[in-house]
Amino acid sequence: MTATRDRIEATLRKRYRRERLFRFFGLVSLGISFLFLLILLFTIFRTGLPAFQQTWIKIDVDLDPAVLGVDRHASQDELFGANYAKAIKVSLRKIFPDAKGRKKKRGLKNLVSNSAPWQLRDAVMKHPDLIGTTHAFWFLAKDEVDVFMKGRIDRNLPESDRRLKDFQLAWIDKLLAEGRLEKRFNTTLFTAGDSREPEQAGVAGAIMGSFFTMLVTLLLSFPIGVAAAAYLEEFAPQNNRWVDFIEVNINNLAAVPSIIFGLLGLAVFINFFGVPRSTPLVGGLVLTLMTLPTIIIASRAAIKSVPPSIKQAAIGLGASPVQTLFHHTLPLAMPGILTGTIIGMAQALGETAPLLMIGMVAFVVDIPHGILDPATVMPVQVYLWSDSPERAFVERTSAAIIILLGFLVVMNSAAILLRRRFERKW
Amino acid sequence: MTDVLPTMPGLPTGETVVDDTPPMTETREEFDVEIKGTVGAPFVDDPKMSARHSNVFYGEKQAIFDVSLDIGRNEIIAMIGPSGCGKSTFLRTLNRMNDTIPICRVEGEHCLDGEDIYAPDQDPVLLRARVGMVFQKPNPFPKSIYDNVAYGPRLHGLARTRAELDEIVEKSLVRAGLFNEVKDDLHKPGTGLSGGQQQRLCIARAIAVDPEVILMDEPTSALDPIATATIEELMDELKSRYTIAVVTHSMQQAARVSQRTAYFHMGKLVEVNPTNQVFTTPQHQLTENYITGRFG
Repeated sequence: MTATRDRIEATLRKRYRRERLFRFFGLVSLGISFLFLLILLFTIFRTGLPAFQQTWIKIDVDLDPAVLGVDRHASQDELFGANYAKAIKVSLRKIFPDAKGRKKKRGLKNLVSNSAPWQLRDAVMKHPDLIGTTHAFWFLAKDEVDVFMKGRIDRNLPESDRRLKDFQLAWIDKLLAEGRLEKRFNTTLFTAGDSREPEQAGVAGAIMGSFFTMLVTLLLSFPIGVAAAAYLEEFAPQNNRWVDFIEVNINNLAAVPSIIFGLLGLAVFINFFGVPRSTPLVGGLVLTLMTLPTIIIASRAAIKSVPPSIKQAAIGLGASPVQTLFHHTLPLAMPGILTGTIIGMAQALGETAPLLMIGMVAFVVDIPHGILDPATVMPVQVYLWSDSPERAFVERTSAAIIILLGFLVVMNSAAILLRRRFERKW
Repeated sequence: MTDVLPTMPGLPTGETVVDDTPPMTETREEFDVEIKGTVGAPFVDDPKMSARHSNVFYGEKQAIFDVSLDIGRNEIIAMIGPSGCGKSTFLRTLNRMNDTIPICRVEGEHCLDGEDIYAPDQDPVLLRARVGMVFQKPNPFPKSIYDNVAYGPRLHGLARTRAELDEIVEKSLVRAGLFNEVKDDLHKPGTGLSGGQQQRLCIARAIAVDPEVILMDEPTSALDPIATATIEELMDELKSRYTIAVVTHSMQQAARVSQRTAYFHMGKLVEVNPTNQVFTTPQHQLTENYITGRFG
């Protein structure tokens, strides 16, 4: 009796030590992952937050009919063709009379975004009465000026290593002193499509592209996935060789590299069925193929976990198998199905590789308005910007990542809210 | 009771029973008694349901061997027997619940009011509306009490208006003896009730579609004695409107509620007789062994 007791006591200390060690390792791994998450978020936000501001320049534009080539009674067509670029150039030279010579003249022009003439055109076409007067306009500053304003260009660097030359820095100082430079919230980032000019580039095109692509993916993969899972779980003959074959294949498909789905999409949807390339429709179709295995596997597990007693009760009352499925099994399995759908959709949202093959990794300026417009998606936008040489795209890349994360959070919150509504106590 | 022993074929003599074989072997030998058809009175005049030469297979394994039994109108018939004897399987053939098991195969003739319930033109959905079922474990839907009871009537379109549905729900809950306890909480979840209340809710749910027969598969095995007594009283009241077949492990329950008792053994129907006769003067040796507690 006491011998047994002694023996147990001898092992106890060892057991407790192992337990403490195990818990310690658990805490350490949690701590490490949390640390890396913090580092990731910190770097992204530190780099990306400045992109939510944009520098604007105020220029008093002399809308001289002689320079513009039109007067205030001109038709809209004539106003459209007027020489606004020259008007801006002339007005800039008035602020900086020292700009002489080709180099300095070009340097002067490069203070303002090349979208300024269009901005001026839109204003004048709206109010032709402005012609003949001098009026102060705020224009987007060129990306280099913007980057300098955010303190990312060191003025102590040798001039040859800087994008902004000494005379340009002097002008910027003067503009600052006159209150002609101002940082404002960067609405362009949210309203514009992609652009080669950082100050004119925005994620609106990519957001809409992602939205339409996700919409197509969700509308296809959710019903198909749930129906496939319900059939395999509730109706398919058991121990049938074909069913086993399909099951093995579904499980394997979940592990197939996603670029393969892109190749399949190219071969089947674009080349065979003639679905227009670069569109959210074909992107959604390809991502559906990729998401389906995830949704099917999760849904089958959820359907399997519905207590058989509930199904039996329904069948015993005279519900048909399909009624049992829709009245009881699916509602009770819905939280699990939605969890699988969230995981699948989140994967699809972050996917670029399969889109490579179907033309969605492209420079698309126009904002898509439907599933048949050429589009790109958020992760592709991040990739494209990260690949651009302009300094201002560095912060915009991080800003796009922040927006992508926001998109993900919104999408998942919606799914979790939906899941809450289905969760019931037994 | 020992005087019956030597008359049974294949049974050891009285001397062999008391010889030096260990108790386990003794039980086994009593277990091995040969069953040659059903003794007693399995048939009644004008039965509500009847089974003739019923054989049920799970894949290769046969679970029910040539069972023939009638269930009379407005009676409670109890089915007793040791675990795995096939009584639940037999019960489930009576409303084709076994159809949901893919490997299950049913042979023989099973009739409800003289109609073959396994005939190709017989709809299992209609059959299950006429032959309701109450399960071993209370299994209310995770819905409100009202929706639990209203599920069947809604499914079969038994109520044209909301008021009619309300009436059916109230009537069913009253009949199941649950209405007074839950009348103020009809929209609370049915899963929040106690075990006994849940089982009565399941009975209310079953009688809401106004079935002709109610099959009960060990309806009180998950309940405490007080809840059990309530259910048994309820069964006695329900008998005037419905025909009830109840599978039970409790012989006291069979003795208390049923008019006839059927004893199953290893997939065979051994004896069917009026309940008081089964529990006082069983005709078959196996029945006697079971009810006297020698095995089971």
